[in-house]
Amino acid sequence: MTTAIELGLIYAIMALGVYLTFRILDFPDLTVDGSFTTGAAVAAISITNGINPIMAILMAFVAGLIAGVITGLLNTKGRINGLLAGILTQIGLYSINLRIMGKANVPLLGEDTAITPLREAGVLGGPVGIAAFTLLAVVLALVLVWFLHTDTGLAMQATGDNEKMIRSFGVNTDNQKILGLALSNGLVGMCGAVIAQYQGFADIGMGIGLILAGLASVIIGQAIFGQRTILIAALAVVVGSVLYRVVIQLSLEVGLNPNDMKLVSAILVILALVVPQLPFFKRRRRTRVRKGEPDAVLETPGAPALATGAPGTGSFTGAATTTTEQGDR
Amino acid sequence: MLTISSVSKTFFAGTVNERRALRGVDLHLAEGDFVTVIGSNGAGKSTVLNIVSGDLFPDEGTVTIDGRDVTKLQDHQRAAFVGRVFQDPMAGTAPHLTIEENMAIADRRGRPRRLATGVTRSKRSRFADELATLELGLENRLKAKVGLLSGGQRQALSLLMATFSDPKILLLDEHTAALDPQRADLVTRLTRQVVEDKGLTTLMVTHNMEQALRVGNRLIMMHEGQIILDLTEEEKRGRTVKDLLGEFEKIKGATIDDKTLLQ
Ligand SMILES: Nc1ncnc2c1ncn2[C@@H]1O[C@H](COP(=O)(O)OP(=O)(O)O)[C@@H](O)[C@H]1O
Ligand SMILES: [Mg+2]
Repeated sequence: MTTAIELGLIYAIMALGVYLTFRILDFPDLTVDGSFTTGAAVAAISITNGINPIMAILMAFVAGLIAGVITGLLNTKGRINGLLAGILTQIGLYSINLRIMGKANVPLLGEDTAITPLREAGVLGGPVGIAAFTLLAVVLALVLVWFLHTDTGLAMQATGDNEKMIRSFGVNTDNQKILGLALSNGLVGMCGAVIAQYQGFADIGMGIGLILAGLASVIIGQAIFGQRTILIAALAVVVGSVLYRVVIQLSLEVGLNPNDMKLVSAILVILALVVPQLPFFKRRRRTRVRKGEPDAVLETPGAPALATGAPGTGSFTGAATTTTEQGDR
Repeated sequence: MLTISSVSKTFFAGTVNERRALRGVDLHLAEGDFVTVIGSNGAGKSTVLNIVSGDLFPDEGTVTIDGRDVTKLQDHQRAAFVGRVFQDPMAGTAPHLTIEENMAIADRRGRPRRLATGVTRSKRSRFADELATLELGLENRLKAKVGLLSGGQRQALSLLMATFSDPKILLLDEHTAALDPQRADLVTRLTRQVVEDKGLTTLMVTHNMEQALRVGNRLIMMHEGQIILDLTEEEKRGRTVKDLLGEFEKIKGATIDDKTLLQ
């Protein structure tokens, strides 16, 4: 179970990236499955070639960044639908990742990685290991929170919230989307690099279906902790990622095999998207609003954005109308 | 300050749905002009504003702001000169951001955005002072998300955000039309106040002829993509809504006659 928690904390780096695109930019980005492996591949090859493992993580960040820029350019300049743009990059990256690795699997056994000191100290799988990975995830979450409160970060938030408005204040929304996708996939690539070092290998299939883990982390975390502020939302993503890995671990312990995990992930995401729309939950949310917890209105899990296949319309307009009536009281 | 020369715009040109929205519109606004724009539905009023803001590009003609030809600039590139308030009270603000964050975004209009903190303590007190001028108590709700405000409050905030960084041109497109009469009056009063205080060059589309006569120093009437009436402050004075309607019927009749003569 401690291993599941450690994994959850590392995968939280990826989930923060997914949070940035999916929630802040309102852009369901499927590049993730490819850019994660790209990060792992770049790091593994760098390390086997004697490059410092921390440096290797930074290089993986840059590789992810580039992948994000490509999806961004396809979507904004190429006017390709966002989902398709992500899929195109993801599939193209499969070949590139194989090129980088030269084979389907690059082992890191016997290499010095960023994890080696922890392993040699024997703290992996214990409280110190968990503390170390918590520190990493929380620091990155705080950096993201800081960024989102800068002038550029506010422009990025507004790009996902009201594009027409932010353009009328002089922001090039194409550039904001490209930047957001770049940072997001940079985090994802970085996560791939850390995972490769943690598990001791990079594998061509390691990113398959990963977007579901990211979405599940974001949705589960925020369903529990809400997203009243960016800080709460980002920390919720970290917790969500840990919970997700714990659920996966529990499913393994009740006897499902690792190949069933993709289905478990898919069902988790479907539940997280559908359950909040059920009459029971809707009623609960409305009651909360009437009781004078206005923020609940805005907490409507953005899930319907994906569920309806029209990002940003469903949940967003819904929230806006309800709040108008509400604010006038 | 603003010059629109021979601007034409046709939607869906060459198809059965062809719509000639503007037919050679010429308009010049001197600095500080406050022009109200009236006209029937589909007359082309919004299209004129969209062409000034860069949301739409003209098929022919040019747009000049403060001596600079901006015809080819995109909307976000013109935003440094142009402040806008839309008809939809939801359109001018970001609902999931707080009041102070929305203000911080407006505060950077036309200036580069980098990694400086968006809302600082000094900015916050400046924003509070600005918000206090609205007399809606919003200065005490800086950390409230804008999505929680009523339509009237959001529109008042949009107006403040559009104007407080001194745009060269202010565009208002029926910005009180979606509000109930009481709140519409409030936003109209705030509009007059801010335009007067800052001497903003303003184009205001309104569906309310009475308001068009009362507000501003010039009135233009549009019909079928053309400006058919242009009244100065003196000409405006003393006229009633009935006069305007009469004028409209007369000119409409005349243009129809012209067409029949030409056939
Ligand atoms: N984006 C658009 N696409 C197609 N037709 C448009 C568009 N905008 C305006 N039109 C058409 O152009 C004409 C003028 O519209 P508009 O400027 O919105 O009129 P007004 O604001 O005076 O009511 C109308 O016939 C309208 O249908
Ligand atoms: Mg209109």
